[in-house]
Amino acid sequence: MLSPEAVGALLLSLKVALVALSFALPLAIFIAYALARWRFPGRNLLHIAVYLPLVLPPVVTGYLLLVAFGPNGFAGRWLADLFGIELAFRWTGATRAAGVMAFPLLLRPIMLSFQNVDRRLERAAETLGASPLTIFVTVSLPLALPGIMAGAALGFAKALGEFGATITFAANIPGETRTLALAVHTALQQPDGDRLALGLALLSIAVGVVAIGLAELPFGRSGKRKAMRADGNGRA
Amino acid sequence: MPTGTAVLEVDISHRFEAFRLEVRFRAGAGVTALFGRSGAGKSTLVAMVAGLVKPDEGTIRLGDRQLYDSDGGINVPAANRRVAVVFQEPRLFPHLSVWRNLTYGRWAGRRRGSQDPASVIELLGLEKMLDRRPDGLSGGEAQRVSIGRALLADPEILLMDEPLSQLDGARRAEILPWLDRLAHETGVPILYVSHALDEVARLADSLVVLSEGAVVASGQVEDVMRRIDLGPATGRYEAGSLLNGTVEAHDVEFRLTRVAIGDGRIEVPAIDGQAGDAVRMRIRARDVAIAPEPVDRTSIRNCLAAEISGIAEEEGAFSEVQMCLAGTGTDSPDSEAQYLRARLTRKSVSELGLKTGNRVYALIKAVAVERQAGR
Repeated sequence: MLSPEAVGALLLSLKVALVALSFALPLAIFIAYALARWRFPGRNLLHIAVYLPLVLPPVVTGYLLLVAFGPNGFAGRWLADLFGIELAFRWTGATRAAGVMAFPLLLRPIMLSFQNVDRRLERAAETLGASPLTIFVTVSLPLALPGIMAGAALGFAKALGEFGATITFAANIPGETRTLALAVHTALQQPDGDRLALGLALLSIAVGVVAIGLAELPFGRSGKRKAMRADGNGRA
Repeated sequence: MPTGTAVLEVDISHRFEAFRLEVRFRAGAGVTALFGRSGAGKSTLVAMVAGLVKPDEGTIRLGDRQLYDSDGGINVPAANRRVAVVFQEPRLFPHLSVWRNLTYGRWAGRRRGSQDPASVIELLGLEKMLDRRPDGLSGGEAQRVSIGRALLADPEILLMDEPLSQLDGARRAEILPWLDRLAHETGVPILYVSHALDEVARLADSLVVLSEGAVVASGQVEDVMRRIDLGPATGRYEAGSLLNGTVEAHDVEFRLTRVAIGDGRIEVPAIDGQAGDAVRMRIRARDVAIAPEPVDRTSIRNCLAAEISGIAEEEGAFSEVQMCLAGTGTDSPDSEAQYLRARLTRKSVSELGLKTGNRVYALIKAVAVERQAGR
């Protein structure tokens, strides 16, 4: 049932989602921490900007990416001239589109969990001689871990199924940017594509089930215990 | 064990909303209690010394290091002050084992000091819980871990901000002996914040009384606690005296221990300790009666000769009489004066004709042994 085309689309989707996550997650952790803890000029603007992809039509986000990072876009031309990097109509562009679209979903649980980390524990660490960076690595980050896992799972799922921004920014090129979602769309456009579309849809469901299972892991038995521990000790 | 202990010198003024804190005190070797009712500004003061709150004006010195100086623009970050804090709640890191919590100052703060983890663990009785997580500990155990963690961060002074206030009576009784050992075995000076007079009496060497943002008294704990005029700050109900004595002998048959104070002897329920050991006792003013002559037959066994050194008249029915015990102070050059307070009705004082300078006998109904130093 699995045609080479379907397998190719699946592998490409996984690759795009994983690469998207690998650069979006560290950035999301940093911005989430900054938004949760620091007061700085432009904070509200940043807050709005990172949430925009959630409320904009995906095709608009894709268009904006094209304007910025396309061959004639200001950032795109600069990247191409300086580093020879081209994003538009490449699989790397698909990762950028998926990453941007997944960002707000990634950010929110992480920000909430940083907000829930007991500041008094960080103060205690300070009096024990730990530097701000050490406190972040040894106290804040581990205590925010359940939220980071949840955000990563949500963001990965979103990146895996992203359609609108990807097709606008990276187009629908077989083997290059045709992910699962785009392959389903393509199959539906063809007169005899029903069977292929059905197969791809079933594949999507299978991937979705596995992703949900993985996403629930941090909230399984050990996750619950961890969350309770964080609450119980800190607030007692 | 550190040899030269650092002296903490605080002289700050700070204002938040309508409250004004204007405080100046020193804390040297041993335990200095910072005593006052809630709202007196104690916790804010602790946060300032630790570097978590910035005072408006003033200076904070620890040994030869300036930690804060508003004029000189000095404000050493908390992480570099070497001032460890035991907070009201244990504040243990929930994701780390007890061992990782205890050694946090070493592996995260890069503090490697004179305190040896093994001896601190032994001192606080933590051997059996090292692999456990903080959520499996009782309140008392968690607070002991928190004390150990502070101690192992190699502090020059240890701040304790009402470390027992969140524990019930049984847990407090469980943890007090550990604190007592720690205070007198590690050599680290301790600033101990409390609003409980029994803790102060048991642990402290010096006492700073804080009331409405200002220091109203400070000095040796025995001297400050015998002052009659501190009623509003210390609370009338708690009024009493601290006496230092030495164990003389044990009465095995009746389970009593005889303790010498100046020329007098009193008997307390049997305690451990050998002849010559120092004992600190607390006697509440309302447990003391006065007789002009020795009383022959009474159920009260403890009777000390004394000379009245002051009488505080009050508006209500009661008076406070302060006595200097025979064989202490001016009577005997090699013993510091020891004072006992009695709370009597004004009518008793008047009918017995008690005056400053009278020689009397103090009848003591109950004695609490606060501290034994078997050194």
